[in-house]
Order: sequence, then structure tokens, then C-alpha cells
Amino acid sequence: MGEIDKPRPPKWINRLLTWYCREEYANEIQGDLLELYERWLENGRFKANVQYVANTFLFMRMYNSKLHSGQNSNQMGIYKNYFKIGYRNLLRNRGYSVINISGLAVGMAITMFIGLWIKAELSFNKSHDNYDQIAQVMQHKTYNGDIRTQLSVPFPIGDALQEEYSDYFEYVVMSGWIYDHVISNEKKSIIRQGNYMDVQAPDLLSLEMIKGTRKGLMDPHSILISESTAKALFGEANPMGLLMEVDNELSVRVSGVYVDLPENSSFSELHFIVPWELYVSSYDWVRSAKERQAWDENSYQLFVQVAELVSMEEVSERIKNVKYDHLNENEKRSKPEVFLHPMADWHLRSNWENGVKAGGLIQYVWLFGTIGIFVIVLACVNFMNLSTARSEKRAKEVGIRKSFGTVKGQLVQQFLFESFLVVFSAFLLSVFLVASITPMVTGIVGYQMQLPLTDPYFWLISMAFVLVTGLLAGSYPTFYLSSLRPIKALKGTFKVGGSAILFRRVLVVFQFSVSVLLIIGTIVVFKQIQYSKDRPLGFDKDGVITMELSTTDFEGKYNLVRNELISSGAILEMTESSSPMTDVEHTTGGFSWLGKDPGFQPNFSIIFMTHDYGNTVGWEMLEGRNFSRDISSDSTAYILNEAAVEYMGMVNPVGETIKRGEKDHEVIGVVKDMLMQSPFKAVRPTIYIIDYVHTVNYMTMKLNPEISVSASLERIEAVLDEIAPKVPFNPSFVELEYARKFLAEERVANLAGTFSGLAIFISCLGLFGLASFVAEQRTKEIGIRKVLGASILSLWQLLTSEFFLLVLASCLIASPIAYFVLSNWLGNYEYRIDISWWFFVAAAFSALTITLATVSYQSIRAARMNPVRSLRTE
Amino acid sequence: MKRETIGEFEELCLLMVGILHEEAYGVSVKDEIKNRTGRDVTISSIHSTLVRLEKKGLLKSSMGGANDIRGGRAKRIFEMTAAGKQTINEARELRNQLWTDIPKLVWEK
Repeated sequence: MGEIDKPRPPKWINRLLTWYCREEYANEIQGDLLELYERWLENGRFKANVQYVANTFLFMRMYNSKLHSGQNSNQMGIYKNYFKIGYRNLLRNRGYSVINISGLAVGMAITMFIGLWIKAELSFNKSHDNYDQIAQVMQHKTYNGDIRTQLSVPFPIGDALQEEYSDYFEYVVMSGWIYDHVISNEKKSIIRQGNYMDVQAPDLLSLEMIKGTRKGLMDPHSILISESTAKALFGEANPMGLLMEVDNELSVRVSGVYVDLPENSSFSELHFIVPWELYVSSYDWVRSAKERQAWDENSYQLFVQVAELVSMEEVSERIKNVKYDHLNENEKRSKPEVFLHPMADWHLRSNWENGVKAGGLIQYVWLFGTIGIFVIVLACVNFMNLSTARSEKRAKEVGIRKSFGTVKGQLVQQFLFESFLVVFSAFLLSVFLVASITPMVTGIVGYQMQLPLTDPYFWLISMAFVLVTGLLAGSYPTFYLSSLRPIKALKGTFKVGGSAILFRRVLVVFQFSVSVLLIIGTIVVFKQIQYSKDRPLGFDKDGVITMELSTTDFEGKYNLVRNELISSGAILEMTESSSPMTDVEHTTGGFSWLGKDPGFQPNFSIIFMTHDYGNTVGWEMLEGRNFSRDISSDSTAYILNEAAVEYMGMVNPVGETIKRGEKDHEVIGVVKDMLMQSPFKAVRPTIYIIDYVHTVNYMTMKLNPEISVSASLERIEAVLDEIAPKVPFNPSFVELEYARKFLAEERVANLAGTFSGLAIFISCLGLFGLASFVAEQRTKEIGIRKVLGASILSLWQLLTSEFFLLVLASCLIASPIAYFVLSNWLGNYEYRIDISWWFFVAAAFSALTITLATVSYQSIRAARMNPVRSLRTE
Repeated sequence: MKRETIGEFEELCLLMVGILHEEAYGVSVKDEIKNRTGRDVTISSIHSTLVRLEKKGLLKSSMGGANDIRGGRAKRIFEMTAAGKQTINEARELRNQLWTDIPKLVWEK
């Protein structure tokens, strides 16, 4: 007994009890609890502590509270009275209360919502254990003075880092790219995204293994698959050790199953990993890159985990020249500089401008963070405005309370208490709102969001927030009212002073400035999107489908496939090309031509394709002619797009010769620019080249409009299945793929639209309350004016002009700010609208209309009142 | 003056205090209830009930019996007052009376 290491319950809980509990009971209660604690200890220390804490909390009842003791019971009574008066006041002014609480609740809900979104964005990739130490190795290259930044790196760089700089790295993982592959066993073929990666990949990504170990990639003929892939391919059977095939040519054995990576990871689509070694030994072009030590071919990705205690910047600095030092003189011209891009920045800061990080998603985080703060401030402003305005009504109560001997401090307490009451009910309402709308907005934000109701931090922050808002919103009326002179207040000669009115006006102007700013922003974002959507495409995307060919099953069968498909009547024309219609996957340099400036290092987008490309996608020849099967020299000929012609500065391009290496290529035609990449950017200079062999791995078809889409898809599938039975049919519609390019911008537009709508709603709620208050205040004045012959119209003018002017002032303040912010935003887009004057006029017009509509209801009602009644009111 | 009425659980506590005679405090009452009725009641509800009974004048208490297990803290030992004794007595008599008034037929069914 009494040893030092005898387990004791946590101290804080005892302190809490002594703080709460009346002294006469505290001692014995703790005695009883300690006695029981001794017994609970038999079930282990942790359980005992939990029980001790729980039982202590059960003791916190009214009867043994300090507040309950005889002497202080008056205090309790006062709080009860505050509550009662506050409650009654809320009920008496139902209209105001609804406006106040709902406005604040909507504001809080939006802020909470934005907070949740920001939290989700900031926690992206954090599920990887070594988040802080993981980086992707990237490079900056300089062309014509422009620095371009790219993810792809040459093959030998992995070995070089591992051998020459091994001290800096924990893991060095060479990797391919995550894209669609066909994976199959005897029974099933499915399409899944996956990647080729070095053996240490599972450690780097901290994969959670369900079966097997992280060493599963040691054997070159193994594969690690995600849990969902295992289910899809093997069902409930144990997949360990079973054989399967990747792209119908690599046969591998399952050596491990890992838990699917979460949605908020950059590797969420990594559904299987095949050893890097197998990749190298199975594909000629990879093997040759290894044998030749091809430092100038950038086709791979490299992920690293830096060693502990070294900083990313330091490592970046050290490995800067690892590529440069291995290049020959000619290749050195692009001055490649290798650096680390930390995982922490992948999601939020992944834009580069001239070799410098230039933001990314983080800009939206800031943007919406600011909007969130604005919205909550707007809601608080409402609250303050209404409470200040209404405070006159409470003046008499203050007078009476003071005459009965209430001191200032108690009045401050009372009004703050009321303010907390309102803020707290608004908070509860907003939690309810957020909880009920989060499941519905998955579409807008792109992933599942949930209120962290079990997270103590959430409650801590929320409570702090309620406290601050309550204090802020309640402060002005509280301190103002509590310092009133009782005689004045009781006599009724008291009027809210000029400073209060000025304050109120400033707040209204602030509110509407923000609202107008948001309206203009919404108009501009929507206009910009519409403008980019209406941009001419240069090809026909209707009824065109694309399918990526990840296996070699169709190689050399182009003509067979084409003839079969066309004769089946399912399609009008088809082609194979090196890029889908909605992207360009190849760019290359090393071209020269007559009259080229020797210092100019041109870089072109390249599309390799079969002869039928133009007819399939419906491009528009501007000059020259299309490729022809009958002219054999066309196999080395080029077709350019308009952008390329301009880029090269040619006047009569058709018939000119372009040199690449030692070979001459004749330009036989020019086509209209085709918009295949970002709809917000200029079209890149592009060269079209005939190729039937390696690079053409996208099949694009123009469906026959005579028969229904589903019927033609069915026929296509049947034909393809006959030619290559092991390749699943997985087409995508170019039209849909194209629409996806607007996803990010549309998301912003929708959110901006929603937020500005809500901001205006909140501001109008406030204005409505204020207008009705002013009308009530001036009841007598209106009565007298009416008796003296004022018309309803002039009274309406009298009551609305103030608000009208305030909102007009807001428009004037908001316009230049909006102009500045939005020109900045539009600067991100190469293809953009000009900000025109009518955006501002439209925003101002709508703000003024909404204001008038809001205020007029109240003012017309006041103006139409019978003067006899209004004069008699007292 | 009308006598204080007591509830079922209060009556149970009163009886236990009587049974434990001079040894009745929070934990022992809890144990006794557990042993005799099988009901596992939290210590806090026992305490609040005992305090309430004291306020009603059915119990009185004195401090004593500190020991090591209790970290040197005293127990509040409860004892029945005359009013307390009378209350349980009346409760018993009332119940006996009611029992005898149940018609025999009820039992024969």
C-alpha cells in the first residue's frame, strides 16, 4: 500500500470535480470513487481510468454543484431570468429572430462547408506515411529562353541517383505512367489502371498489405494488385500465387494484395504494380533505352523518398546537374536542370511558369477561403445591424433594470448572454444544414465530404467561433445599451445617435460591395467558360468514339479491322493515331527549314496517323491536299496546321521542304487548327505524319448516323471481338471527353454562383430587417406627412432613397476592385474574354433591383398605413 | 403536515442503510444493493439519493472512517432518523394492508 508507482486516476478529472462540486461533498465523493477505482483496476489501468472519468462526470449533477449552494442561488436565478427574457424577446419579434438566426446559420454553414473543403484539399496525399519525405524528380528545360518544366525523365537517371547520390535517398523508384491496361486470367479480362514500378515502390507508398508482403515485387514475374482488383478478377477466391496476364503479353503471378489507395491520393488509380524489371526486359524500346543509356529520351517518371534529416532543397541543389553532365554538346543546349517536387506540393502547387512554381489549386483554396470569411463577416454584419437597430426598443427595459439597482456589468452579461443564445442556435441550425447538404454536393466538389462530428478539434473550433461571433455581434448593442442613463431611457427621449447610424451605413455598404463583387465575378467566370465552349473546334466531334489500344493484338490488322467495320455498316470511317482527339501526347524538336533563324529551336506537337484520319474527324483542308494512298511519297510527307505555318513564318508552305535529321519532308497541305488540348489555350503548332506501326495506339471511329448509337456499338464490339477476342471493348465518346475539359472551370463557376447567390441572400435578409425597422421607427413621421398630403410615391421615395444610395455607393466601390481581381484571373488564360463595361452595369442593375424589391415591400406597407392609426400608436 | 413521499429506489436505499447499520456509506450501499437485488447502480445515483433523503429528513449523516484505499478521504456515514424509520414502517404496513385486500379469487386463477 502507498507505493509510489501505485496507479492513480488522472489528476485533471479530480481537479474538475473539486472545481464543480460543493466542498462538503467533494471529499467523500472522491473517497468513494477511489475505493471503486481500486476494484476497477482489476480490468486494467485504461478501463479503470475510463470508468473513473465516466463516473466522475455522472457526479456532476445540480444538487452538488457549487452554483446550487444556498448562498449563490440568486446567481442561478439571474441566468434563468436572462434566458427567459432573451427567449421571450426572440419570440416577440419572430420576424427579426427568423431573419437573424437563419441569416447567421446560412453564413456559418457556408463557412463551415468551405472550411471542410479546404481541410480536405490540404490533407491530400497525407495518407502516405512518408508524406514529408516523398518527392517526384522533375526537370526544367530551356527552349528559346523559355523554361519548360516536365515530369518525364530519362531512363539512366534512376541508377545515377542511386549510385552517385545514395546518401540522400531512402528509396529511388523508377516508374512508368499510370494508365489503362487489360489484365486477365483464364476466365476474365478487365481494364484497370496500373503502373510499372521499382521493387521499393510499396515501401515508398507505404502500401497496406492484406496478403503477401511489401517485398512482393522482388521476383520479376510477380504482380501486386489492389483489393478491388483482386475482387473484380478473382472474386472471393484467394488470389495469392495465381497466374494472370497484363496486356495479354506479360504473364505474372500474384504476390500480394494491398488495400486500395484512398481517393485523396495522387496514386488512387494505381490498381496494380508490375515490377520495373519486367517492363525493361519485355519491351524493346525500354531495353534499348537502358542499353544505350539514353539520357536524352524523357519517357519515365522517378519517385524518391529522401533520407531523414536532409532537406528537399538541399538535395535538389545537389542533383541539379545529374542529367546535364551526361549529355553531349548538342543535347546540352536545352540546359536540363533536375529538381525535386515534394509530395506536399503535388496537389496544390503544380503549375510552373518559367521554371518557378506558380500556384495551382492552392489559388482556389485561397479564393474560397476568402469568400468563406467574407460570407461569415456579412452574416455577422447583419446580426450587428439588426441588434443595434433594435436596441432602442430595449432602452426602456434597461431603464427599469437600472432603477432597480442592476449595475452595468450585469447588463453587459445579460445582453452578451442573449447574443450567445442566438449565435448558438444559429450554430446548431448550421450544423444541421451542413450535415444534410454535404451528401448532395459530391458532384460539385468532386469527392465525398463529411462533417467531422467526432473530431474534438471540430467542436473546439466551432465553440471558439461561436464565442467570437457572439462577442463581436453582441458587443456594440451591449456596451451601448448598458451605459444608457436610466432617466433618459425611461422618459423615452433617447434616440440612437449619429455614430450608430453611420456605423450601420458603413456596414451596409461593405455588405453590398462584397455582394456586387461576387456578382461581377460570377458573370465573368460564366462568360469565360461560355466563350471557350463556343470556340471553333476545327473538327467534328459528334458521333466520334475513341478507344485506347494498350495491347498489341491489333498490330498489323488495321486494314482488316477497317474493312470489316465499314462493311458491317456500324461506322463511316475509322483511323488510328498516336493521340486521342482530346489530347496531344507527342512533342518533338530538331526540325529545320529554309529561312529558319539558326538560333530558333522549334518544338512541334506531332500526330502520327493513318491515311483516314482527316476523313474520320472531318478536318478542314485550307491549302494543298490530304494524304493519299496512291502517292507513295506521302509516307514521308507532312501536313501542318495553321499555327505551325505561322510559327515557322512560312508564306507559301505547300511544296516547301522541312528537314528532320538528315531526311527531307515535303509539306503537302495545311489544315485548320484543331482544338485538341486545353480549350483555354492557343492551339499548338502541329505536324501530321503518316505511320502505321508503333505509335498509333488510339483507334478513332466515326459512327454511322443512319443507325442508332447502341446498335453500332454492338456491331463494332462483335467485329473487334472476332479479330482480337482478349481485348475488352472500352470506347469513350469524344464529345464527353471534350466536355470534361471544362470540369474544373465549371466547378468554380458553380461554386462562385452559389456563393454569390447566398451572399446576396444574406445581405438582403439584413436589408429587409433594417428597412422594416426604419419604417417602424418613422411611423409617426409618416402619419404626419400623410395628413399633410404626402403621396404614397413620395413616401416610398423617402424611405427607399437611403438604401438605394448606399447600394449605389457599394457598386462604385466594388467595380474597380472587381476589375482588378478579374483581369488578374483572366490573365491565366491564353484564350479569354475582354472585360466589358456592361458586366458592371448588369451587376449594379441587379443589385439595385434586388435592393428596391426588398426595401419597397416594407416602405410601401408603411406608406399605405392609415395615418389615424399610426398617429395613435404609442 | 403531509409526510414526504418516497419512491421505490429511495425506499430501497433507506432499507439498505438500515441493514448496514453504522456501516452505511456510498460504496457499501451500492454493494449491498448489488448483492441483494442484483441491480448494478452507479455510485453517483446512490449518492444523490442518499443526499436527497437526508434533505427530506429521513437520514442523517456524520463523517468518519478514512482509510488508505480512499486516499485518506472520509466516508459520509448515513443513519436513519426517527422519521426515516417511521416512513419505511408505514410503507410496509401500507403494502401489507394492500396485500391482504387482494381478493382470493385473483390467486386462484
